[in-house]
Amino acid sequence: MFRFLPLVLKNCWRNRRRTFLTIASISVSMCLLGVMIAMYHALYLSDATPEEALRIVTRNKISLTQQMPESYKNRIKQIPGVREVMVSQWFGGTYKDPKNFFARFAADSDKIFTIYQELKIPADQRIAFERDRTGCVIGRDLANKYNLKIGDRMALVGDIFPGNYEFTIRGIFDSPRASEIMYFSRDYLEQSLPERRRGNAGVFTTLIDDPASAGRIASAIDEEYRNATAQTKTESEQQYLLGFVSLLGNVKVFLIAICAAVMFTILLVSANTMAMSVRERVREVGVLKTLGFTDGNVLGMILGEAISISLLGGALGFLLSTVLVGGVAHSPAGGFLPPIAPFEPSVAAACVATAVVIGFVSSLVPALGAARTPIVEALRSTD
Amino acid sequence: MAIPVAYNLRNLVVRKTTTIMTALGIALTVAVLLAVLALVNGLRTTLTSSGDPLQIIVMRKGSESEIVSNFTRTQFQDLKFKQGIASGTNGQPLASLEVITVINLSSTDTGEGTNMTVRGLQPSGIEMRHGVKLASGRWFQEGRRELVAGKSAADRYPEVQIGRKIRFGRGDWEIVGIMDAGRGAQASEIWGDLNQVSADLQRQEVLSSALVRATDAVTAKALANDINNDQRLNMNAVSEEEYYAAQTASAAPIEYIGIFVAVIMAVGSAFAAMNTMYAAVARRSREIGTLRVLGFSKGSILVSFFLESVLLSALGGLLGCLLVLPLNGITTGIGNSNFSETAFNFHVSPEIMFIGMAFAVILGAAGGLFPASNAARKEILTALREI
Repeated sequence: MFRFLPLVLKNCWRNRRRTFLTIASISVSMCLLGVMIAMYHALYLSDATPEEALRIVTRNKISLTQQMPESYKNRIKQIPGVREVMVSQWFGGTYKDPKNFFARFAADSDKIFTIYQELKIPADQRIAFERDRTGCVIGRDLANKYNLKIGDRMALVGDIFPGNYEFTIRGIFDSPRASEIMYFSRDYLEQSLPERRRGNAGVFTTLIDDPASAGRIASAIDEEYRNATAQTKTESEQQYLLGFVSLLGNVKVFLIAICAAVMFTILLVSANTMAMSVRERVREVGVLKTLGFTDGNVLGMILGEAISISLLGGALGFLLSTVLVGGVAHSPAGGFLPPIAPFEPSVAAACVATAVVIGFVSSLVPALGAARTPIVEALRSTD
Repeated sequence: MAIPVAYNLRNLVVRKTTTIMTALGIALTVAVLLAVLALVNGLRTTLTSSGDPLQIIVMRKGSESEIVSNFTRTQFQDLKFKQGIASGTNGQPLASLEVITVINLSSTDTGEGTNMTVRGLQPSGIEMRHGVKLASGRWFQEGRRELVAGKSAADRYPEVQIGRKIRFGRGDWEIVGIMDAGRGAQASEIWGDLNQVSADLQRQEVLSSALVRATDAVTAKALANDINNDQRLNMNAVSEEEYYAAQTASAAPIEYIGIFVAVIMAVGSAFAAMNTMYAAVARRSREIGTLRVLGFSKGSILVSFFLESVLLSALGGLLGCLLVLPLNGITTGIGNSNFSETAFNFHVSPEIMFIGMAFAVILGAAGGLFPASNAARKEILTALREI
């Protein structure tokens, strides 16, 4: 089979403009497909990172906007396998302008960096933050976006928790994800609240000692509060974050629909090209057959040509998509997405497989036609 | 002299396989663009029909949505007797104090939990929403744990049916009615009695927001200004219409991604159209030569091939429009600023189809320009000699 490879490649080269246009068309579409597959993979198929797998999140069963008594943490902590529990509260509010949206959490300041092992912060900054009740730490992306440095003041105007809050930046942390995030001490928030609003928790983030016991611990927590006024819902951090993605709309269907449309478009482009190139060559096929090439050889050569073209387009497209995926991961939306690796072997394999299948399917009909044409008829063709 | 369009049409028919394949590629590109536009358009239709320009939503200063707003009963007493508020059938001012919360229900679409808005309100609040009518069952009674659900919510969630119970706050709430809100966003909400909902949420004194109705359009502006400038009240007033219009922003990510995808696909399809047109030019070399011999100018050859490419893509655009038509009316949901879901229908309007056609024609023009100029530049003799 591979004996004919030089001939196949030469055939690709004969109409350079057409090959170039086809490859360009396929690679642009494949690039899109690559991005979509990478997003889908990251959202629905990827495994949790080792740090993520060790965390489970407990919220009020009714919805995230309802609170739970802070005291729940005591019983959660007693469940075997639980290493640490952190209380955190979504703060909301505005920073200078309502358009400046980023995540702001009030959390147990001494536990943030124990629970989120992947957040890296210099030890001295961490100590300075834990000691200052009105201190805050911010992610690197946030610091860059608003040009903030350690020691700067940040003022937030609360909405869920009305009032003016002022913080001193005590540290800047690095995160493998997009990090437009701000954490500050829950003690500060609690003190500013009226008596009746104190002692509540938005979510509990629990650090466990073994990913395998996540399910057991999650159901133990929910079971504990099954008959309480505020029932809980505990899920893995990965599922918890997916909940936010689903708030955007039906993302899964959206991604699949676009992938299908793109794939079908590539198929059409490729099929069209192959049909055109085979039609031009009927006579040549007759000559090849006269020289002793079998029907199978002809079939293989044409299929091979289509597959090489679409593989080349697919490879180029995938390379382009890795660049785009990097951009998506660093956009503000990246904070809710799982980390997307620029090169993901399974995504690459999916793209290559798609390219091969498309090359094969698109050329099957014209190739079969050419292989089956009798020699005399092929030689007589004037087209 | 121009070459008749019939010549191009006949050429497209003769090469029907190629024509259909290229047109289908363009159709899919157009369909992706149109699907996204229909989604955004549907959301916009829902949101614009949700708000009444005469009504004003009052929230705490600094709050962008009702869910994060706080509103005390004392503040409401001050607001209620402002100048310019219309009177209801019972002579009371048309002002409604409301409380908002979000509950998580599992959806039939995805199986995942979705957030729904629960609104506690008084009879005046129902009276003020003219678009909302009871479709079946009855309204909730004051002081009882009863709910009336919007039609979209009832259609999409198995838990939301008359007679079923939903658990939140301090007990089980029975659904006693379904309300029809037309296209309005209220169709995705669940309503209950203000006092009962707020008692269950332990928010008797601090509620979420208020809605007031002005007597006429001029008063509405003045009333909003009056509330905004009232230092004691410390509230922010926006017309209901503007409040919902601002929520269109929640479709922005999908709109951006969709347009981005459509543009990239368009680049791919333009290359494909170019390919088809180059092949057409190559195969018709002799024809081109003959046409030139007959006296047609280079210009008319250029125009003719260019036109053929545009016709081809217009066919694709038309197919694309047909492809998205079945989407019209399909219901889907999207997150809103209250951290819950607004259901709406895809809306394929003539304007959108026009955009799709224009998009296809531009794409075909881009793909046809080079092959057409290539055809026009052919020398008569060489063109005639080519097989």
